[in-house]
Amino acid sequence: MYATSEELKRDVQKFADELHGKFDGSDGKKYMVLCGGTGCMAGGTNDLRAAAQKLIDKENMQEHIVIRQVGCFGLCSEGPFIRVYPGDVLYRLVKPEDIRDIFYDHLMGGEVVERLVYVDPATGDKCEHMADIPFYKKQKRIALHGCGVIDPNKIEEALGYGGFQGLMNALTMKPQEVIDMILASGLRGKGGGGFPTGRKWQFAHDQVSDEKYVVCNGDEGDPGAFMDRSVLEDNPLAVVEGMAIAGYAIGAQDGYFYIRAEYPTAVERVNAIIKQAEELGLLGDNILGSGFSFRAHVRLGAGAFVCGEETALLNSIMGKRGMPRPRPPFPAVSGLWDKPTIVNNVETLATVPYILREGLENFTCYGTERSKGTKVFCLGGKVNNVGLVEIPMGVTLRELIYDIGGGIQGGKQFKAIQTGGPSGGCLTEEDLDTPIDFDNMVEKGSMMGSGGAIVMDEDNCMVDVAKFYMGFICDESCGKCSPCRIGTKRMIEILDRITSGTGTHKDFDELEALGEACKTNSLCALGQTAANPILSTIAHFKDEYIAHIDEQQCPAGVCKDLINYIIDPDKCRKCSACARVCPVFAIEGKAGKTVFTIDTEKCIKCGTCVSACRFDAIYKG
Amino acid sequence: MAHLSGAAVKRIEEICDQYTDEKTPLIMILSTIQREFGYVPLEVQEVVSRKTGISVAEIYGVVTFYSFFSLTPKGKHVIGCCLGTACYVKDAQKVIDRFCNDLGIEPGGTTEDRMFTIDALRCIGACAAAPAVTIDGKIYARVDVSDVPKIIDEYRLMEGGAA
Repeated sequence: MYATSEELKRDVQKFADELHGKFDGSDGKKYMVLCGGTGCMAGGTNDLRAAAQKLIDKENMQEHIVIRQVGCFGLCSEGPFIRVYPGDVLYRLVKPEDIRDIFYDHLMGGEVVERLVYVDPATGDKCEHMADIPFYKKQKRIALHGCGVIDPNKIEEALGYGGFQGLMNALTMKPQEVIDMILASGLRGKGGGGFPTGRKWQFAHDQVSDEKYVVCNGDEGDPGAFMDRSVLEDNPLAVVEGMAIAGYAIGAQDGYFYIRAEYPTAVERVNAIIKQAEELGLLGDNILGSGFSFRAHVRLGAGAFVCGEETALLNSIMGKRGMPRPRPPFPAVSGLWDKPTIVNNVETLATVPYILREGLENFTCYGTERSKGTKVFCLGGKVNNVGLVEIPMGVTLRELIYDIGGGIQGGKQFKAIQTGGPSGGCLTEEDLDTPIDFDNMVEKGSMMGSGGAIVMDEDNCMVDVAKFYMGFICDESCGKCSPCRIGTKRMIEILDRITSGTGTHKDFDELEALGEACKTNSLCALGQTAANPILSTIAHFKDEYIAHIDEQQCPAGVCKDLINYIIDPDKCRKCSACARVCPVFAIEGKAGKTVFTIDTEKCIKCGTCVSACRFDAIYKG
Repeated sequence: MAHLSGAAVKRIEEICDQYTDEKTPLIMILSTIQREFGYVPLEVQEVVSRKTGISVAEIYGVVTFYSFFSLTPKGKHVIGCCLGTACYVKDAQKVIDRFCNDLGIEPGGTTEDRMFTIDALRCIGACAAAPAVTIDGKIYARVDVSDVPKIIDEYRLMEGGAA
């Protein structure tokens, strides 16, 4: 239990020294650091750990070589990773059979295992250290501070890496001074809307009430985005600290995390860190002798995208159907159990401690005129370097896709980048030199959104992508107001028509009219922005829509009703591999005797035969 | 499910009692039941209603609103096909279509032998593994349609059945 800031500060120095010892070798041990992000775990981190532990036990090196598991390193497409300290050497795409070399050659022998080191595909240079890899060069970690560095289950490591220093600084200030600082920082809500965080806090601060609440919106529902989950899993204490600072500023004593039930690890780690913080007296009554009391609670989302909307989220915490309600009253006036409540996104709250710890100038020096600081993006789709990136606002889309993302997979042609998830839009080649910030993205017809950034290439059909998002919104519409409930259904029907080749040019007018009706008449942002993916794809890719309508063609070869799989008789080697894997027995021919043909009536267009054919004989026509 | 056993009723009541300190415990109670029993049928909702005083109508409204709750039991192995955008642009639809075709069920459905349920998931955060499929917590990365039969066989064999 720490009764005062001074007591905590004394131990913080000790924790920091211990943590440093794990990096610079001053504790006399060597460390194998594993990435515990979802991507690496899917790639077999647990197998690497087991293989490494086996060698450590075999050689009786338990006292000298230690395995550590931390959060996501970010560059998921090169995982699983092992980072070796001291020396900070990064090994990528590690397989269990590689552990032997890392163990004997590097840890025991002192020789770097060159074949496992990242090679910059552009220059051919070897990048032994993480910082040498181009992917990391334009990044700045503020919200992701500590992610991939500390062990998220150990509060000592978080405290030794700057944790709770922001809150300690805040506690020496008056609440209004904290709000003024956040206002001056220009911090804007990173859940997508970009509302100035300080203003939200000021509203809640100015309300007179015996109870107020801080809510952390961890209901990350954008399909293709997992920034919030990474922060919650990899440095949960930072979010707890941000929440406590917000509580101090507005006069709240309780904070609620609302986290998707689909993120069990995040829930577990947040709960664990809250418990550890309570045991140390960093949460609870009279924190560090300041007179400020704060408790954090965790509530689970139950799978409803609309709960990302703040009033729906509050209804869900209160045990009801997660439906939005009209504003005003805004939650800052009447929120959880009718008390003044602020709802902040995970990434926003994780940024707050940095501002309080490092000072205003170290924050406002990043970003653009009207969007300060950084933004975390989940870069995915057809880009070489898939992963989690945090960039200063103002970096261009081109830098994001080509410098950080390493360009398009397989040397294919870039077509579009989709940001803002189902509420956002597609940006194209002509937008690539736009500096990324809240206002520019809206001006270009998309939005910042929560941070999904999905890159698409020539093989993606934009009508199909629009249909994908509309299907999502239609499923997730809560049904409260008719424009959204009915409008999204009608829009998906029209898109179904177009992608099956029975659309007409009149459909454009109908989509625009329905989109406008949703935008102007829906209660919440889900409905108001529902048509964005359609409208932005029509704006940029109308020729693709027209090809579906006029020629019954899907230029990208995606829309099932408009394509057939055909076997090229000149290329077919009569091997029967395709026929053997066809799940519906639609392929006929005699092995070694006749070329094979696909019965298009029976074919379900699953594409299995294409994978099976070793001679590229099967094409879409 | 015809009738609840006495033990089940007792357990549901215990779960309700865990949350008496909460102002608005309904979703917490239902989540715990869902995790423990695998579904929240009407009979269970009636017990929760009797115990908490919340109307069955309201409970049913909540259960059917959120995708986490299920009115019917799921299969022994839940095949979660990620249909997040990053997976979708890498042909995840073909993968789930193939699972559905081979198992003869629709997304959300369960096979007659209660062995498999197919769920369409919205982003599991394994975008580098796209298209990703998760079964009982294990993540299959970069799944190709042609991998689907092998994956199903793996679980059928595990259950001792014919592949």
